[in-house]
Amino acid sequence: MAQVTLRKVVKKYDEVLAVRGIDLDIADKEFVVLVGPSGCGKSTTLRMIAGLEEITGGDIAIGGDVVNDVPPKDRDIAMVFQNYALYPHMNVYENMSFGLKLKRTPKNVIDQRVRQAAQILDITELLDRKPKQLSGGQRQRVAMGRAIVRDPKVFLFDEPLSNLDAKLRVQMRTEIKKVHQKVRTTTVYVTHDQIEAMTLADRVVVMNGGNIEQVGPPNELYHSPRTKFVAGFIGSPAMNLIPCQIEGAGDALTIRLSDTLSLAVPPSRVARYRAHVGKPNLLFGLRPEHLTETRQHLEADMQTFDVKLDVTEPMGMETLVYFNLNGIDVCGRVNPNAGARDGTSMKLCADMANMHLIDDKTELVL
Amino acid sequence: MADAAVTSPAGAPTRARYGSMSRDRRWALRWSYFFLILFAIFFLTPPIYMFITSLKTSQEISAEINPWWVFNPTLNNYITLLTQNIFLKFFLNSAIVAVCTVTITMCISVIAAFSLARMKFWGSATLATGVFLTYLVPETLLFIPLFKMFAWVNETLGIQLMNNWWTLIILYPTLTVPFCTWIMIGYFASIPKELDEAALIDGATWIQTLTKIFIPVALPGIIAATIFCFTVSWAQFLYPLAFTTSTSELVLPVGIITTLIKGDVFNWGQIMTGALLGAAPPLIIYAFLMDYYIAGLTAGATKG
Repeated sequence: MAQVTLRKVVKKYDEVLAVRGIDLDIADKEFVVLVGPSGCGKSTTLRMIAGLEEITGGDIAIGGDVVNDVPPKDRDIAMVFQNYALYPHMNVYENMSFGLKLKRTPKNVIDQRVRQAAQILDITELLDRKPKQLSGGQRQRVAMGRAIVRDPKVFLFDEPLSNLDAKLRVQMRTEIKKVHQKVRTTTVYVTHDQIEAMTLADRVVVMNGGNIEQVGPPNELYHSPRTKFVAGFIGSPAMNLIPCQIEGAGDALTIRLSDTLSLAVPPSRVARYRAHVGKPNLLFGLRPEHLTETRQHLEADMQTFDVKLDVTEPMGMETLVYFNLNGIDVCGRVNPNAGARDGTSMKLCADMANMHLIDDKTELVL
Repeated sequence: MADAAVTSPAGAPTRARYGSMSRDRRWALRWSYFFLILFAIFFLTPPIYMFITSLKTSQEISAEINPWWVFNPTLNNYITLLTQNIFLKFFLNSAIVAVCTVTITMCISVIAAFSLARMKFWGSATLATGVFLTYLVPETLLFIPLFKMFAWVNETLGIQLMNNWWTLIILYPTLTVPFCTWIMIGYFASIPKELDEAALIDGATWIQTLTKIFIPVALPGIIAATIFCFTVSWAQFLYPLAFTTSTSELVLPVGIITTLIKGDVFNWGQIMTGALLGAAPPLIIYAFLMDYYIAGLTAGATKG
């Protein structure tokens, strides 16, 4: 069993608080991705789990044992670095077997484990090569191989795909997922790429300013963000956040976005939002895919309105349309055949069943 | 539909001219070669003159004829020197001193540089700068205090450090350790931090990280430092001149001067031969390790 537990973990560099007392429980065999903008403390958290950074306060436990003062080599973890960190003077086989040799593992066991890992990663034919003779993707595979052979309790990945080009990154992402399905080791993965986070994780941990904003399965984070930061960070293009006011009373509430545009709140949300009628500092959140071209048969919570498009971006399978609403650029996703053109008018349809209401002051989703 | 290609009135496609660029390059190359030849003449003239003189007899050297030509070449100077026991003794003293100095220096420098570059401890940055500042102190300032220290050692411990060739093995590292440490700090600093972190996670101790990762990876830098160290201790003149006096305790540079210049009589043929033979070992080492030397110096200097 290799759960990882973080309790009130704090990291302070001189007077700067990099991690502000976070709590996190990672279950055995779980794939958890820490995601956030640069400087949010995600890499520091990972390095504290690895033992490469001392913790200023709190406890970190691996497999139930507190490891605050345990050196990295005794934590039974393996780490994959952004720049691979392969030993340049050793060939692939020696790179992968280095850790086991230091542990004085018998030679036949080392050989068996290296070949098994090489088979999983499809690098058997590269075992005699030096790192400089390998491509970026192959190096990354070797780095993963070095981690796998040690059969650790926990895998730690520190932005392992950042140095690869876009195409290879997508390919390696799938590889990492496949490897995790095969070896089922508890994994903590750090990235700033929210798509990587969404595609790989059993659970995503969104970090910001040294705090954990929200923890949950990718879909939960996407559809039910708890804070303004998570709503804006997860999803690409980002969720539209438009200042608004709630008007009306009784069973009919509307969201006023501009002097000329107001949209009715779905009946199922009326009770939830009634207390916020007339209050300032509210944001209306709607993802671009819930702002589409109008259709013949509209569902109950869909409402249409006319806009003048500023810019359209054809993406092939869809077209992104941008229009201005009270000085804010709003993005919608329409069918490429819907006839969206720069500078023309278009009738758009907002799916209000997927709307979010955010208090801009507390930055919480209401 | 309009033709998108840009064509001249005659119909041939126009093309931008970049002639001036290659002309600039040609001129740059000419100047480079001019200065390279100038440098080559400047630096090669003394050894060529030494070589020519070493093949001459004393009569030919003192004769008023073209000094840049050998009219009656002879190997007598080489034979005389190489059959003299005292010259071979100088050579042996120099070799032992140089090899011991290199060994001691590299043992200290590599470990010192590794700890200063990687094991962040209180005062490590100041200490690293201090190491470099030590190198900046000229040796001419040091030998008088060293005399005092040797006298003190003799008075209190009864060990006579003066006039012993092995004293040089203790002295030379004071010159070589600071510079070699500084070169190695630069080289170790250019090795990605993740490499020692990976080793740390793989279960390596600091010593294993040094011996199994850093030394093999930094080998070009270590070789560059070794060559520097060997050259300094082989060619060192001031300290052996100041601290050794008996003929049997002399090293090559001082030995040649003191035994081949008798009063105002300069045995030029043998002096030049001795100097050439003395220059041979560093030259041979440079020739074999040149590629490593260049890689080491540039890598250390530019920090990756």
